[in-house]
Amino acid sequence: MLLAIDTSAGTSVAVVDREGGVLAEHTELDTRRHAEVIGTFIAACLSDSGVAVAELSGVAVGMGPGPFTGLRVGIAAARAFAFGAARPVVPVISHDAIAYELGSAEPLLVVTDARRREVYWSAYSGIDAVGLPLRAAGPGLTRPDELAATVPEIDGYRRLDAASVSAGALGMLAETLFYNRRPFAVDEALYLRSPDVTLSSGPKRVS
Amino acid sequence: MSAREPLVLGIETSCDETGIGIVRGTTLLANVIASSMDEHARYGGVVPEVAARAHLEALVPALKQALAESGVALDELDAIAVTSGPGLSGALMVGVGAAKALALSLGKPIYAVNHLVGHVGADVLDSVGSGPSRPAIEYPTVALLVSGGHTSLLLVRDLISDVELLGETIDDAAGEAFDKVARLLGLPYPGGPEIDRAAAGGDPTAIRFPRGLSNPKDVEAHRYDFSFSGLKTAVARWVEKAQDAGEAVPIADVAASFREAVADVLLTKAVAACIDHGIPRLLLGGGVVANARLRELAAERCAANGIELRIPPLDLCTDNGAMIAALGAQLVAAGRAPSDFDFGADSTLPVTSIQA
Ligand SMILES: [Zn+2]
Repeated sequence: MLLAIDTSAGTSVAVVDREGGVLAEHTELDTRRHAEVIGTFIAACLSDSGVAVAELSGVAVGMGPGPFTGLRVGIAAARAFAFGAARPVVPVISHDAIAYELGSAEPLLVVTDARRREVYWSAYSGIDAVGLPLRAAGPGLTRPDELAATVPEIDGYRRLDAASVSAGALGMLAETLFYNRRPFAVDEALYLRSPDVTLSSGPKRVS
Repeated sequence: MSAREPLVLGIETSCDETGIGIVRGTTLLANVIASSMDEHARYGGVVPEVAARAHLEALVPALKQALAESGVALDELDAIAVTSGPGLSGALMVGVGAAKALALSLGKPIYAVNHLVGHVGADVLDSVGSGPSRPAIEYPTVALLVSGGHTSLLLVRDLISDVELLGETIDDAAGEAFDKVARLLGLPYPGGPEIDRAAAGGDPTAIRFPRGLSNPKDVEAHRYDFSFSGLKTAVARWVEKAQDAGEAVPIADVAASFREAVADVLLTKAVAACIDHGIPRLLLGGGVVANARLRELAAERCAANGIELRIPPLDLCTDNGAMIAALGAQLVAAGRAPSDFDFGADSTLPVTSIQA
């Protein structure tokens, strides 16, 4: 059983079991309340599912891509919870959870909002025998009007614009990856953008 | 105090230091600070996004180190305390998210506390192995908290129930002024220690730089408030004038005179607050306390006015998790109910909100 957390869009928390499916899930679409709701959602998922912390075998977490401030809340929470529970963190790419939930055998382009008139995207060629999405390219960051040029094979893809990521789907994806001995994602936040800094060219005159 | 004092772990991420502290009541057990200062150096100041990214990476390693240093096991803890504000919002959120999840994974209560009041709380801690412990801090006290993020003058009647903001900076924090002036003197970041070094041997009376909000009219409206942006501009003008005239800038004199102006205005207002309120106690906190001249002038002015001066050890003055744990432990010891899990990060949390 896994606790699953994703804050790459809104805030979503779930407790999942490979056989039992999604045992509890709480999602808030508001993209400005991650820090407020993360704790109550974790507590609610544990109590709704009746699963004790000691019964969990890990903490799955969406590593993005997603707007930084919110994304970090979920990753920080997942790492801290895993540390407290002495369980491993299971990093997952958030877009993979969207593709996994859809389960489409057809080529798929997942697109999410990156703010500042840019989008995050990931391209999938389909799913494999156990239902795992086959990511062909991405995740990447681009302007919407440059998406076609960025993902050359876009014509054949179905485009899915997602506003939320389900922690339930993310957790089930992690369970499936683990069960089939597939690698997890790298334990690194997928910012895909360098910090917003302009280097100053030295002090400006005041007189 | 109860027979067994509360064992509390504190998490602080309000600016560029990831602080994890562990205390038992008023005893400091661990104070781990991971700073992202070096990453900000090339920008000449704290970049919020850079700080927040660094917190995310530093958090669990700092937790491990604090537990190892203190010899405390997670399940022994009585509570988790965390800074919920004021500070940089994206940075605060990392600590808030982590603290909530850690508390829930352990089934422990959480105390969301005020960063500025935490600076005051630092003074209740005895230092590990520092010989005979100091007498406990007495209230009421005036507290002057000076860092790169804040410059505040507080009246603390009681640490956990009655804190009043007397004044604060209306523009730059004092630490920011140090950084900016260092830059225009061609000195690296962070500016505080650089200005201190450059000022050695300089004449603090060489140039009379302005003391912000100190003329009678301003004092009427802003008796305990500070302003450093005018001072910074005055230094820039002075330096430009010298350069335009083709003169070498006397860096030691400029640094010493600037530093004197900052220390003077800080202590003048802090001492005035003590006298006005009939409180013969002044506590210093915040990273700028590292400044040698500020400490020296504080000692002089306090001695001259019969004011007891308290300065916690330096690693408890800069932002740290131990002070947050200490304040949390005071709340636990007083029997306060824990915070609800729905608190957020509040970048402008007022000092009257000691616990969120
Ligand atoms: Zn501070």
